Amino acid sequence: MIYLEIPKNLKLVVNQAHQVAKHVFRPISRKYDRAEHDYPKELDLLAALMDGLNAGGGRQGAGIDALQQGRGADQGVRNGANMSTCLGMTELCWGDVGLALSIPRQGLGNAAITAVADANQKRRFEGVWAAMAITEPGAGSDSANIRTTARLDGDEWVLDGEKIYVTAGSRADSVVVWATLDRNLGRAAIKSFVVPRGTPGMEVVRLDKKMGIRASDTASITLTDCRIPKENLLGTADIDTKKGFSGVMQTFDNTRPVVAAMGVGVARAALEHARELLAREGIEVRYQGSLFAKRAVEAELIRMEAEWEAGRLLMLKAAWMADNGIPNSTEASMSKAKAARVANEITLRCVELCGGLGYSEEELLEKWARDSKIIDIFEGTQQIQLLIIARRLLGKRSSELR
Amino acid sequence: MDNEKIINEVMGGGLRVLNRIADSPLVERLGLEERAQQLVYEGAKRASEAAAKAARRLAPRGSSDRPRRSMKFDLRLSEEQQLMRDTLRRFADDVMQPAAREADDRSGPPNDFLETFSELGAIAMSVPEAMGGAAEQVSAVSQMLIAEDLARGDMGLAYAALSPLSFVNALVHWGDEQQRARLLPALLEGDTMVASVAVVEPQPLFDPGTLRTTAKKRGSDYVLRGEKSMVASADRAKWFLVAAEVPKAGPRFFLVEGDAAGVEVTEQPAMGLRSARLGRLKLDDVRVAGESMLGGQGALKAEGKLAYYDAVNRGRVAWGAMAVGTSQALLDYAIPYCNDRIAFGEPISHRQAVAFMIADIGIELESMRMLVYRAAGRIDAGMKCQREAYLARTLCSAKAMQIGTNGVQLLGGAGFIKDHPVEIWYRQLRSIAVMDGNLLL
Repeated sequence: MIYLEIPKNLKLVVNQAHQVAKHVFRPISRKYDRAEHDYPKELDLLAALMDGLNAGGGRQGAGIDALQQGRGADQGVRNGANMSTCLGMTELCWGDVGLALSIPRQGLGNAAITAVADANQKRRFEGVWAAMAITEPGAGSDSANIRTTARLDGDEWVLDGEKIYVTAGSRADSVVVWATLDRNLGRAAIKSFVVPRGTPGMEVVRLDKKMGIRASDTASITLTDCRIPKENLLGTADIDTKKGFSGVMQTFDNTRPVVAAMGVGVARAALEHARELLAREGIEVRYQGSLFAKRAVEAELIRMEAEWEAGRLLMLKAAWMADNGIPNSTEASMSKAKAARVANEITLRCVELCGGLGYSEEELLEKWARDSKIIDIFEGTQQIQLLIIARRLLGKRSSELR
Repeated sequence: MDNEKIINEVMGGGLRVLNRIADSPLVERLGLEERAQQLVYEGAKRASEAAAKAARRLAPRGSSDRPRRSMKFDLRLSEEQQLMRDTLRRFADDVMQPAAREADDRSGPPNDFLETFSELGAIAMSVPEAMGGAAEQVSAVSQMLIAEDLARGDMGLAYAALSPLSFVNALVHWGDEQQRARLLPALLEGDTMVASVAVVEPQPLFDPGTLRTTAKKRGSDYVLRGEKSMVASADRAKWFLVAAEVPKAGPRFFLVEGDAAGVEVTEQPAMGLRSARLGRLKLDDVRVAGESMLGGQGALKAEGKLAYYDAVNRGRVAWGAMAVGTSQALLDYAIPYCNDRIAFGEPISHRQAVAFMIADIGIELESMRMLVYRAAGRIDAGMKCQREAYLARTLCSAKAMQIGTNGVQLLGGAGFIKDHPVEIWYRQLRSIAVMDGNLLL
């Protein structure tokens, strides 16, 4: 039965996240945009808040750490953790993307643990706040080319290398580090390792100053003879050249719709607010008549809304597929590509439409236009998503369509 | 709505307080962070419990007369829809695609095309059993899927086939007993009685909400005057469903016989959709009985106007589905072409400039599909869909043409010549932004 509305059973999640966004994030949004690198002390309370919401039974397993592919739905259609997490993230990012990225225990590393860890590891790492460290100074989008190494020494893995752009890298309790077991074996040799904060040899060497999401810390980390227990390798240590990247890449099928949700959220914030400001100038939005007989600004608002809906519905589709155990790599990338580029366009256009008011710090519009840019970059740039989608549609291997 | 409001208040009030606690420098100075966290935890838990309880308490008890739908987000088709889809896809592949080029050349469908289509049962499946059809219940989603699948075969032929189906849909949704009794049997029998819908008018910036065609009351009759454009099977139609502005009442539909005095049809060949035998319909003081208003005289009341705008929404979703179907055909054609075409020693699909265009077609096609499906799903769920249908139309108008022009570009010179079907799709996809009416689910 085709029905593409928010299900009733998830409205509570949406409402709760919206309340957090409205009453916790928005009031401190500008404050932490200005005070970059200050630790938002409200976040500890937020962690408690999230736990409270969970304990109260309201959130029904929403959250990054609950993301996993469903098991195939025999007993009817499922609207589960992937969809509720996307919907929750949409609301939180309507409040503030940077703060949403700083919610304790909701790091991307947590998604990796959920996707790749075995049962024993899931138990051991329950409740940690895990950041994700993939990018290196010499390897961004071509993550197969990372240089950080891991070698087994007795019962310990020894990690050496340098990681940059680690979101929540200085705040999280642990960092999931991508490292290669053998640089000559390419993708298949890349594994992920959980490195607890305070492990000797792991050091946060700098925090980046950024254009947007300034409330979120972005760290550079060095690993020098950094020793962790053997059991902290996620998944298997076997190097299966046929399976290649699929292990570590699995995470992305679940997280990309969540990043799409960030775009959906911040774009809605901008669109709603621009509409409010424009309404004061007598600009109405009416869904009737020829688009070209309208004032240019009304037509533009409608066009943006249509594009925004496309990003939102693609996000819901990808999440729905994950919840129902349907392979969704293409759709996850489509949702991320569309929602992110649309979010950037919309937030920038809303500044433009609102003129000096939109551009000034009196409103949050200019902040959202700065925040939105990163969404089209992290977790796979627009161009990487297009590559993935094109390879899937054309049936090409990464060696053919490079 | 009340439900949500109460939950919001329960939650919001608590959170505002909690945030003030968090923000208080006093908490920090007194070393009360831990206590404050505990407080927030308990507060949030209580708020969450209260909200969950409120939601349960306020959930409306299911009314016993109607089975409650699960109302979950769902992209699965019903078994019936899947069956219909399999049939129509085969029809599109085996009958429509091979016939598309010639039909475009001669500006009309193959002779037995409409007969063959009606044998598939699409019309019978669109009419409820109680009205002599075979449908357990009518569904806008099912109609939308028919449009998508047919347009995958060929949009021009799809338009020819969907136009009588739209006429049938209008009778089923808004016709009165008498009108149904008079017209449905012939349409169902596969009598090949051609019927068509005429809403679109030839002026620039056409808006189905402000029609120039008028229907003025004269005695117990109406007199119709105006011109309609891009009407499918115009010279063959025995019946037209004509949209006209009734002074003081607004737009309404009228059932007009093709051979009524004052009806004049001229050919109107266009850039695309040619195989639907496009025609211009001139209504020169055409006098029809008062009972010819769709829904009968009762339709003069406000419900008649609502029905008209319902039809406008259903038309927008129908054309959106056409955009999806034809764009899908284009993508399915461009992929093997780009994989087979060798330039500079390798398939052109190995170049990002080409591959990214394919990816973008895929993304925007799926975007269109989602907006169109959503609007149709809302109709079936009995929800309003003016906004959703308008947004679907807005998106499809832009993206369909973008896909059309990129399709030709991907084939290069081969896309421009008539050896390949891509140039037909290019011409057809231009119609999506133009057609705001003449079909309805």
